[in-house]
Amino acid sequence: MSGPLDWRFMDIVAERSGQPIATCYQCRKCTAGCPTAFVMDYDPAQIVHMVQMGQRNALLSSQAIWMCVGCETCGTRCPNGICVGRINDALRQMAVEEGVRVGAPAVYQFHRSFLNNLRRFGRVHEISMIVEYKLRSLDLLSNLDLGAKMLLARKLPPLPQRIRGRQEVARIFETAGAQGPAKPPEEQP
Amino acid sequence: MPAKAKAHRIGLFVCHCGLNIAGTVDIPQVLDAFRDEPGVLVSVDYKYMCSEPGQELIRRKIAEEKLDGVVVAACSPTMHEATFRRNAESAGLNPYRVEIANIREQVSWVHAKDPDAATRKAIEVIRTIIEKVRYDEELLPFTLPVVRRALVIGGGIAGIQAALDIAAAGFPVLLVEREARLGGRMAQLSGTYFNFESAGDLLAQKLEALRARPEITVLTESEVESLNGYVGNFTVRIRRRGEDQPREESVGAIVVATGFDLYPLERLPEYGAGAVPDVISGLEMEAMLRPDGPTGGRILRPSDGRPPREVVFVQCAGSRDPQHAMPYCSKICCMYTAKQARLFRRQCPDGQAYVFYIDIRSGGKGAEEFVQAAMEEERVLYLRGKVSRIFRDGDKVMVWGADTLSGQQVEIAADLVVLATAVVPRQDARELAQRLRVGTDMHGFFNEAHPKLRPVESLTAGIYLAGAAQGPKDIPETLSQAGAAAAKVLSLFSRHELVQEPTIAWVDPELCSACQLCVPACPYEARRPHPWKPVVTVNAALCQGCGACAMVCPNKASKLRNYTPEQVLAMVDVLFAPAKAQEGT
Repeated sequence: MSGPLDWRFMDIVAERSGQPIATCYQCRKCTAGCPTAFVMDYDPAQIVHMVQMGQRNALLSSQAIWMCVGCETCGTRCPNGICVGRINDALRQMAVEEGVRVGAPAVYQFHRSFLNNLRRFGRVHEISMIVEYKLRSLDLLSNLDLGAKMLLARKLPPLPQRIRGRQEVARIFETAGAQGPAKPPEEQP
Repeated sequence: MPAKAKAHRIGLFVCHCGLNIAGTVDIPQVLDAFRDEPGVLVSVDYKYMCSEPGQELIRRKIAEEKLDGVVVAACSPTMHEATFRRNAESAGLNPYRVEIANIREQVSWVHAKDPDAATRKAIEVIRTIIEKVRYDEELLPFTLPVVRRALVIGGGIAGIQAALDIAAAGFPVLLVEREARLGGRMAQLSGTYFNFESAGDLLAQKLEALRARPEITVLTESEVESLNGYVGNFTVRIRRRGEDQPREESVGAIVVATGFDLYPLERLPEYGAGAVPDVISGLEMEAMLRPDGPTGGRILRPSDGRPPREVVFVQCAGSRDPQHAMPYCSKICCMYTAKQARLFRRQCPDGQAYVFYIDIRSGGKGAEEFVQAAMEEERVLYLRGKVSRIFRDGDKVMVWGADTLSGQQVEIAADLVVLATAVVPRQDARELAQRLRVGTDMHGFFNEAHPKLRPVESLTAGIYLAGAAQGPKDIPETLSQAGAAAAKVLSLFSRHELVQEPTIAWVDPELCSACQLCVPACPYEARRPHPWKPVVTVNAALCQGCGACAMVCPNKASKLRNYTPEQVLAMVDVLFAPAKAQEGT
């Protein structure tokens, strides 16, 4: 096991995620229903248990917290009312705040590209988002055929759509940014 | 002796037991086999002979055909012999002229894969039993007086409760306790789950009630030395420590409530073998948690007297370990470990409690909630896995375990380790069981007569069981069983006389040569040489009809009623008669 057990970690994560983590008795129903557990290095039930054990480093540098798509199936089914997705949100925030080496960099870059795009246009504009993601991840050549197909099927509009609530969306980002990550995303590895 | 008129109007009643028998044994073929049997007037079958219509059928046939003997081919006699005998008696037939041919346990169930052989065997079994009935005597049961005074062995909470309940009905009770004071294990406990109520206070209430009962005589520092007699009429010898002469007492019923021991730490080498001072048992933890205990209720490390900050609780220490210790679950540890961990956390708010467990078994009212509260309210960390090693490392106690839920090895530098050691029988439980002639299981817990239907009785009539002597139990369960045992005693005491089975041994004075081989053969001390005549006599009250005397008697002078050598030989004869006939052809 890496590092000593730290029982105070659970209280921090519980408060941050708003989840009653201490109540988990490891029935593993969350894991049984999780659509992305198969690509996780720790499955959802293990994540909860490792939070209880205080395994901060292992969790914050894990790839699992980035593989969660936040579908909240876990939380819907949990007999103790724990949403592991919310715990993963909290853990991701903590990982970013603490500058931990992210366990799944591509997922992190995708999140950044998506949010930047959303902040800029109020609604996602796929082509510019993909361009940003490709530049961030330096993964320039993958999925080109898929992109071509989508273009031909007119699924990727050339220009961003102007939506009415742009200012409101921008204000959401301002508010969230003020409470959210202390460091700007560009400083992240 | 009753007149020896052979039964010659016998009825055969074959039970299907649903498909239990009829699914394997060819019933029509069985009935056919006895169609022309001499002396057998009736042979009928029915789906469930033990049901009321089935019994009514038997009663009707007894009346119509004036039957003087009945054979019921059905399940084992331990199931329904009494039922069918009672039924026949109500129709005017002597109940000892009713016999069971066991064609279920001994035939259909064991030969289910060979129906033809099963059918043949069923016919053979029935034929021999018909032969037995022909020679059965019409016997009369006799009665013996009941000594309406109980003996309770063990002055823990089980014995105390049993004694209180018996005394409450007005009957005298002798409560024998080995130690100098009453209370047993409960006197060693601190707060109890679920509400942390003090065990000492609860016990004090019971002891107060005990003192208020003039019917109860308490004998401390005393042990049962020997037991003779039988239900309703036991003679018990009790020796008090330091006294030369044991006292002899008469009692009619006995409750065994001798409690339990804990698996010794010394026999857990991987957990320090009792040599690490800061590795203690659950009972030692209880002592520290008791306000009147050696530490005044404070948890302190035995090594240096300092309060521990990190405490590891290890469940199943010696339980569920068939290779090294006891194979069973000790049942109470999940709950008391949660309780102790919670009490520790309340004493030490910035400390941490870890519990290593294999499974958490918290069944029943309030139990699951109590354990969950340990996790939620006291932040006790439960780690799933059995600890593999505990050893001293300077000031700390190192605990090597695993957490199967996260798939990691875990190492904890603890200040104190509490082992939930297995609940085991009292060291000398087997000796006591032998003295009382009751059974124990493979570990030494007293055996109940039936695990479901007779959970508080031993297999010896008049001896009942209460508390952890019978198996691991917590306080509420112990009180329930003690109350139930008392109810059994009281139903015995509700009668002045007990009916005895007449199917016991007797000695034919014409044949007996007074060789006395039967005297030591009798396990019930029911046989004694006649003071002056050259014969051995049988004490009918003590004889249980086991037949050991009949086995050893060289003259066949010692016989069991309705199981005489003549009967057995006649049964053997008919069993081999068809074979002989075949050899002849």
